[in-house]
Amino acid sequence: MVRYFTRLRVRRIYKWGGRPYIFDRKLKSYGFEYLNMSVEGQEAVTTVTPGQYILIEGNDDEYPFVAKLLKFFGDESHKQKKALVQWFLRLSEVPQNKKLLLGRSPHPQEIFYYLGRACDNEINAESILGTVHVQHVPEDTPFPEPGTKDTLYVKLSWDTKAFNVLDPVLMQDTPASTPPKPALPLFPPCASPTATPVSRGPVRRALPTPDPTVMRRAGSVSDTRATMSAGKRSTLEAESIHSASKLSASKILSAKRRGSAADTPGVRKKLQLSIGASPGKKMTRADVLCELLDEEMESEKVISLKLSSSVSHSLQHGCSLSPMRSVCKTPNGQRRFPWKLSSISLDRLSPTALGEQDFSRATTPSRRKESAMAIREPALGVLAEEDSEDSPMQPIALTPRSKRKSAQLVSLRIRKQLNLLDNTQELISDGDDDCFVPSKKDLQSSSDEEKTVSEEETRGRNCKTSVRTPHKTPSKKALQSSTDEEKSEEETVVRKTRGRNGKTSARTPCKTPSKKVTPSTPRHATPSIPSRTVPARQPGNILDEARARLHVSSVPESLPCREQEFQDIYNFVESKVMDGTGGCMYISGVPGTGKTATIHEVIRCLQHASDMDEIPTFRFIEINGMKMTDPHQAYVQILQKLTDQKVTADHAAALLEKRFSNPAPKKETTVLLVDELDLLWTRKQNVMYNLFDWPTRRHARLVVLTIANTMDLPERIMINRVASRLGLTRMSFQPYSFKQLQQIITSRLNKVKAFEEDALQLVSRKVAALSGDARRCLDICRRATEICEHSASHPSSTGLVRMSHVMEALDEMFSSSYITAIGCASLQEQLFLRAVIAEFRRLGLEEATFQQVFVQHRALSRVEGLQPISVSEGLAVCQRLGACRLLLLEASRLDMLQRVRLNVSQDDVLYALKAVRD
Amino acid sequence: MSKRKVKETHMPVGECISQVQMILRERFCHQRLPEKPVGMESQHKHLLELLRRTAVHGESNSVLIVGPRGSGKTMLLNCVLRELLEVKDVNKNVLPVHLNGLLQTDDRIALKEITRQLNLENVVGDKVFGSFAENLAFLLEALKKGDRSSSRPVLFILDEFDLFAHHKNQTLLYNLLDVSQSAQAPVAVIGLTCRLDVLELLEKRVKSRFSHRQIHLLSSLSFIQYLDNVRSQLSLPQDFPDTKFYDEWNDSIKTLCEDQSVVDVLQRHYNSSKDFRSLHLLLMLALSRVSASKPAIKPTDLLEASRVCMVDSKANILHGLSILELCLIIAMKHLNDIYEGEPFNFQMVHNEFKKFLQRKSHSIHNFDKPVVMKAFEHLQQLELIKSMDSSTAKIQKEYQLMKLLLDHSQIMEALQKYPQCPTDVKQWAMSAFG
Repeated sequence: MVRYFTRLRVRRIYKWGGRPYIFDRKLKSYGFEYLNMSVEGQEAVTTVTPGQYILIEGNDDEYPFVAKLLKFFGDESHKQKKALVQWFLRLSEVPQNKKLLLGRSPHPQEIFYYLGRACDNEINAESILGTVHVQHVPEDTPFPEPGTKDTLYVKLSWDTKAFNVLDPVLMQDTPASTPPKPALPLFPPCASPTATPVSRGPVRRALPTPDPTVMRRAGSVSDTRATMSAGKRSTLEAESIHSASKLSASKILSAKRRGSAADTPGVRKKLQLSIGASPGKKMTRADVLCELLDEEMESEKVISLKLSSSVSHSLQHGCSLSPMRSVCKTPNGQRRFPWKLSSISLDRLSPTALGEQDFSRATTPSRRKESAMAIREPALGVLAEEDSEDSPMQPIALTPRSKRKSAQLVSLRIRKQLNLLDNTQELISDGDDDCFVPSKKDLQSSSDEEKTVSEEETRGRNCKTSVRTPHKTPSKKALQSSTDEEKSEEETVVRKTRGRNGKTSARTPCKTPSKKVTPSTPRHATPSIPSRTVPARQPGNILDEARARLHVSSVPESLPCREQEFQDIYNFVESKVMDGTGGCMYISGVPGTGKTATIHEVIRCLQHASDMDEIPTFRFIEINGMKMTDPHQAYVQILQKLTDQKVTADHAAALLEKRFSNPAPKKETTVLLVDELDLLWTRKQNVMYNLFDWPTRRHARLVVLTIANTMDLPERIMINRVASRLGLTRMSFQPYSFKQLQQIITSRLNKVKAFEEDALQLVSRKVAALSGDARRCLDICRRATEICEHSASHPSSTGLVRMSHVMEALDEMFSSSYITAIGCASLQEQLFLRAVIAEFRRLGLEEATFQQVFVQHRALSRVEGLQPISVSEGLAVCQRLGACRLLLLEASRLDMLQRVRLNVSQDDVLYALKAVRD
Repeated sequence: MSKRKVKETHMPVGECISQVQMILRERFCHQRLPEKPVGMESQHKHLLELLRRTAVHGESNSVLIVGPRGSGKTMLLNCVLRELLEVKDVNKNVLPVHLNGLLQTDDRIALKEITRQLNLENVVGDKVFGSFAENLAFLLEALKKGDRSSSRPVLFILDEFDLFAHHKNQTLLYNLLDVSQSAQAPVAVIGLTCRLDVLELLEKRVKSRFSHRQIHLLSSLSFIQYLDNVRSQLSLPQDFPDTKFYDEWNDSIKTLCEDQSVVDVLQRHYNSSKDFRSLHLLLMLALSRVSASKPAIKPTDLLEASRVCMVDSKANILHGLSILELCLIIAMKHLNDIYEGEPFNFQMVHNEFKKFLQRKSHSIHNFDKPVVMKAFEHLQQLELIKSMDSSTAKIQKEYQLMKLLLDHSQIMEALQKYPQCPTDVKQWAMSAFG
């Protein structure tokens, strides 16, 4: 699908190209025009220029990250190579539970415009793998036939919550809405006039048939404008907000704590468990919309300024007297040749894109009003920056979008400059225009480079396809004709399947060929239970209803009696998610005290909060030591839930290690719940070690919550280095008291009147005295409703569960059955038990051999006047008692010498036997 | 058969007898479920109600049926299932999964079997693909995807439930019971076991997830009921083709059950054990003596059958021993008496035997030591004596400590019945000390 070099395992060499221009004098950062990439040992050089779509090295070799390159910059020594990008997502990067929101099956080459804020948009330029072709497909048109395999299609945008229709303007002009604040310092309005970025914003309107590639390349200029002016506006705005915020100190506190949290009303922490819809969500959506409109307005401005600026700029450079139009046309014409081959469909598409653009221009006047309103929308980052100015001690935590200290400093400086240069807008944009209009020479060279890039691209693609499918190399021309397009589509399918098969066979090389033929190997099978033909009946009467509510599986509206624990865990996880750090927590408690339920509740609330944009998004993964066959399967399950890949345990461990120790540009916090931790114990304890070690890594952003039953588990089974990493954040869930149990039942029943008050109290007192297990309590109540239902035919019954019913249920569940079992045993069995006791008394020991007991047995049967039984029969009697575990026996191969012990106390046996006789 | 019924109500006796044999054997071998389980009405109702709720309402449940061997646990369950599946709504809606702790000896096999019986997507033909871990993940995923109202309830029937508790970590039980306690596909976990202490076998978190419903099958059958049961078990059903034979047979059964010797035999069996399985064995032995020439069960048949049932298993072995071997056993018995059950070795036995030869024996001539040794080893092979040391290789054969696996009474009884036993041997056995 895409060209990249990792498969070949080669080193790439990156070199800046073009003249560096001073970017920020004080920080000594430089902007660069393009980046030359070459593979070691090969002549070919790939050039990447801003505006192109690039592939970025990620966790997955098969599917690298996709982004649009906005800007290159680096330091003076040319050692650090940074790039600013606009991210695109593949569907596989979308969280598992959100994938369904798409509502259709995704196109295999579909990507989504990323509108979220969680990802850092500054990347290391050396992680760029190469370029890729991205094409915007309007919402209602179908995906084009996949003629070119290295073309990705974008149709929708993804804002971490929903898929939205992508505004074509975003794709063609200004992807600036999303680049968050770190963009600010990178485009100072006072940059020196020698700086010549590659973008050619003003040019684009002059084109009679706008080539989308040019349009796209033009993006960055308006981007700068948008950010710049937004920054300026927001500084103005920020001041007012700051003064306003002085009024409410508490509010500013919470704002500081949250960092990225907007000043939406939903900031305050929720104590109640169920949260109604707050206006926060709407606000954020409006936010995004307004930002988009802002850019629209900005781009309008660019157009309006074009005429005035073009004259001055041409004078300034003095190298080209030809009008702008021709300047642009030549590179365009040149470019057309190489592009024709691979991107015909792209040209076909461009008119519609143009039309939409025209439409958007036509409607701007009305939008302008809206954008005026949008000014009032405070940018979140600005608020945070204001805070950081006030309290410079905590700058990093406050601006979650740019973690680097330098970015912080830069933003401070820029703001000061902006304050100084608080001039009219025209002045700034004039200067801006000056620095961003490119010379003809630059244009020419860059387009030449583009040509080489595209040639490179096709060559690379061919070489790649020949590597992967040696016998079916698609020619460039073949890609053009429609019949061959089908073929190539077929080929992609073939290749995909082959790739998959290759993977499988690599995993288990000795697979039989029949497995490949069978349509439903477990790898592709979707697990499901067949659905029923007749729908399940709903509960009919009040007892049915009560029973359904009392079932342990029914999720209650709230979790009573665990408020403190809930709050502690909530605070812990929330703070970690906010700060983007990691940590461990150990939670202990006997079974049935609501440990897992509480954590699920916490996660539900946090997820809700992140939907409301109050905290950054995070991923929740759950593993259970009991639900795996081997501790090392934990790696496999974690990886599968994170990335949906299936690999072996060792490989999974390696991948996770890589994932959690390397910095990745797009990373959200992962919350990992490890249930039944003690089952993950291995002799070397490496699974536990890794689980607790990952959160301590700098880039991991992993929060691990562990659950086990015993309080002293870390001390008992963990070696020191594991216990130390687990840390001391511990919590213990006490067994429920009878009041709590009563409250749990009442809240579950929720006004369904099925129990008498006394009956409830009896259940909860009894269970609290025994174990404090809420599950037990609910089960007893359920059984009591059944008993009540059965006895409902009695005329005296009120239909409510009464004390007597509960007593019966308690008896059933808690009373020992040994005494009844002895009572129901046959005569010889009872006699044998008596013989056992008699022999024990004789020996003064609690153990005897069968032979000894049998002597007693024979004597006793004579006393009773029964016919003595043979040894074989006696052994059979003994074995029957042993099978019920009334007696404990040795292995039966010892025959008469096997030792016999009682499993019940002698008193119980005597009591039971006495009861039988009477 | 129906044709014949129309043509003639009389059948040849041989024909009738083979019919009787077929009907009764089917009954005694538990191949046909009884119309209604006897003496367990409340348990039957409880279980039926529980499974009906799972099948109809999609409510997850777990239950244990506990009772001694032969008390009718499986029969009860099968009766309930039969009744449940007769309901039209339920018939197509439940997925029963039968597991047996003796067959599925570990979780890996059990999971494969579950997957196969549920016919999940990773089953092709009769084969289940994937590793143990994959199978578990797949099954859990499948169960997780289901929900209360839309997916078919799965009935997991775990025979010999206690053996599942011995699986590593009790993974299977934990997962099944966890599903039954969470909002996933509706399941009913039904365990059958004869161990009364089964709950103590469960790990605490597994135990917490079990609903603690136990249905105890403890028969409190009186002897009168037992006798009635014998009669009804032996009686022919109403739809027997030959009415004349039917009447004759049932009358003979009635008189049989009133015979005092038969009642005594049955009483003895009742005292020994109340379960139906041993009763069926007895009746089966009696039934097999019925033939065309003797078309009814006579009291003697039952007595003979009872004798076969009750016979001591070692008596026959003792009858087959040689005189030398018998002498050695008597020597061992004397050693047991002298040393109060302490173990002995070959040398001691040989000395005792030699003493007997020198002092009392008239009929038995001297044996060489290797011959005696051979006889001793034969006894060991027959497991009438058992070595007490585990490390047999280190000690010489002559000095290995042994114990006798026979009771005093067994030896005496065998001597009484031993054909042509020399009197001096008998006397030696009877004498108090050697």
